Amino acid sequence: MKFKNKLKQLPGAWYFLGTIIFIYILFLIFNYETYLDSLEFFNQIILKIIPIFIIVFILMSLSNYLITPKFIIKHLKNKGLKKWFFVILGGILSSGPIYMWYPFLADLKNKGLNYGLIACFLYNRAIKIPLLPLAIIYFSWQYILILVIVMMIISIIQGLIINKLMEVKKNENCNSI
Amino acid sequence: MKENINNKMNNTLIKQSIFKSAKGLWLALPMILGTILLISLISVIVPKSFYTLVFSKNPFIDSFIGSLIGSISAGNPITSYIFGGEMLDQGIGLIAVTAFIVSWVTVGLIQLPAEFVILGKKFALLRNITAFMLSIIVAIITVFLLEVII
Repeated sequence: MKFKNKLKQLPGAWYFLGTIIFIYILFLIFNYETYLDSLEFFNQIILKIIPIFIIVFILMSLSNYLITPKFIIKHLKNKGLKKWFFVILGGILSSGPIYMWYPFLADLKNKGLNYGLIACFLYNRAIKIPLLPLAIIYFSWQYILILVIVMMIISIIQGLIINKLMEVKKNENCNSI
Repeated sequence: MKENINNKMNNTLIKQSIFKSAKGLWLALPMILGTILLISLISVIVPKSFYTLVFSKNPFIDSFIGSLIGSISAGNPITSYIFGGEMLDQGIGLIAVTAFIVSWVTVGLIQLPAEFVILGKKFALLRNITAFMLSIIVAIITVFLLEVII
């Protein structure tokens, strides 16, 4: 009975993890090779993201300490295109897998960052400066330059669409960026 | 005296900030681990040749398919560049490849459960749907501009 109650209290995320682990157990029984290869892939990713995890933790702590709703309002309010510029820059400069940034963004959202700016940030994570040389090798610098500029512009459009669809009122925008 | 109080308040604020971040990450941990496990499994099960088999020669259908495959794939953008480069070598159009590499990083179907939980269901759905459609538009505009400029 107590165990059942404890299960009910578990957040959905743990059920998701449990389901994936169950699938892995099935592979362990029926397809050992795939199980091993997947685990090896998993290990590689984990080893790669541990440093990023530490960076994200430090950034989150810093943002909790420095970025208060007042701070956001002070620095991003009434700056028009500049606030989009800062979000684009943040998206480009952020590193690591996208899902690593969700807690950070949820935190910023609680501090007043609107959905459009979050969407804009996530869109610009597609542009990775350290990876551009490789992309240029594959596709030419003209193509990459055009693609990056188009993506930056489109990220603002997506942000505006998201704000409209999420029904962000104009006065909310003024108060909470 | 005043400085001491300020220092203590500052220390408490730092501790609170660290605790809040740790709690945030702890709550996200099962979803992050589950997502990485799922990505690992899909990466092993779906062979790389699958991506080059699916494309036809129609730029519009290809860009849609490119966007679709990019959306369900996940991983470092570096992989999408390599896949994209290979697709070009196979004779797949640049619009399709562009849609593929753009949606690879902007749409995250595999990460969607994590996004649902952490950023909200409505936002996550709208963001991914618009990102999917915009990846096709980005591909068309980019290739058009490239042809006009060069």
